[in-house]
Amino acid sequence: MIGGEAVPPTVEAALLIGVVLLEAIVLYVGYGLAERLFGDRIVDRITNA
Amino acid sequence: MDVFGLSLGLLVLFVGFGLLIGVLFGFFGMGGSFLVTPALIVMGYPTRVAVGSGLAFVFGTSVIATLKHRDLGQVDYKLGLLMIVGTTLGIEVGKEMVIYLEELGLAGSVISVTYVFLLGGIGLFVTYNAVTGSSGGGVDHDAAAADGDEDIPDIAKTIQSYRVPPMMSLRGGITVSLWMILSVAFATGLLSGLLGVGGGFIRMPALFYLIGVPVPVAVGTDLFEIVFSGGIGSFLYAMDGGVNLGIVLPLLAGSAFGARLGSAATSIVDEDEIKVYFGLMLLGGSLAVAIREIGSVYDIPVFDTVSLLLILGSALLVSGAVVYSSVTALRAEASASTPSVEHR
Repeated sequence: MIGGEAVPPTVEAALLIGVVLLEAIVLYVGYGLAERLFGDRIVDRITNA
Repeated sequence: MDVFGLSLGLLVLFVGFGLLIGVLFGFFGMGGSFLVTPALIVMGYPTRVAVGSGLAFVFGTSVIATLKHRDLGQVDYKLGLLMIVGTTLGIEVGKEMVIYLEELGLAGSVISVTYVFLLGGIGLFVTYNAVTGSSGGGVDHDAAAADGDEDIPDIAKTIQSYRVPPMMSLRGGITVSLWMILSVAFATGLLSGLLGVGGGFIRMPALFYLIGVPVPVAVGTDLFEIVFSGGIGSFLYAMDGGVNLGIVLPLLAGSAFGARLGSAATSIVDEDEIKVYFGLMLLGGSLAVAIREIGSVYDIPVFDTVSLLLILGSALLVSGAVVYSSVTALRAEASASTPSVEHR
């Protein structure tokens, strides 16, 4: 869309898939970190509730 | 307030729905994606967007699952690459079929009917096995791990006996005709492209029952392959404007978290206890699509709402059963490990 020119469908499709791939990797790393930091505490809370 | 063009309510609905699907995917190692496309169709999205966004969601989910399984060493890369070739052709043909059916105005009906029979058939099969206690037909990962290659099903032995060259040697000491592998891959790719599913719930049993690959290798290879089939499928749909990031991103955010919960639950809960719910969920999904189709034929709009509630309710029932059983098992384990003196 830069300069008012349309992005070719192939590039646009590749960018869309790239965004999904990036989100998947970020979520994998992010949730993995959260699990390591809070996982044991949450299990303790559940078992002692 | 709008985020990615979605209202806040719809955003929460997608994240929540993704969470439910993630729990199912993480626990059963398959499934979930087949609920997304019919749900999006029921919500009124065009068929192409429902199928394309379903495939993009499958792609993202399988990337996460593959990252988690990469160290297990259960991937036959040669088989995986051959499956990718056959699946790509199948997806392309499936996509062309959807576009052609859309032009005829039949896409929604044909996809819905295929879903009803596929989900209904597998749902009946899983429920029957769970109720009768038979383990003969499941795709149960625990049983899978215990199965050796001497347990090759009769159908697979027959297929392996057709020695049409070139023959391929696969992990587990199996030799199968290249054409047979490509045929299985093409058929599952066709269903992926037509229905917007990753095809795992068809391909994984197909690798085991039809080709005779040991189940642990079938699971690993299937996950590896879904990354490519989901990626290629969503790319092809994205070129035709069939992928809506506003749908995919919140679904993925929910499912990635749910998958962690589901995976953790596998080491706590006995899968057989939950299997009957899984079968019922598939039947619920099948019934939902059938109700929606009847509603559109006889012009009864309320059937759309009933159908959507049935899909969400089915997913909620099974995910809830997994979480409830996990919490119960954790508490039982904790109280069992507490010294009995303290209770007296």
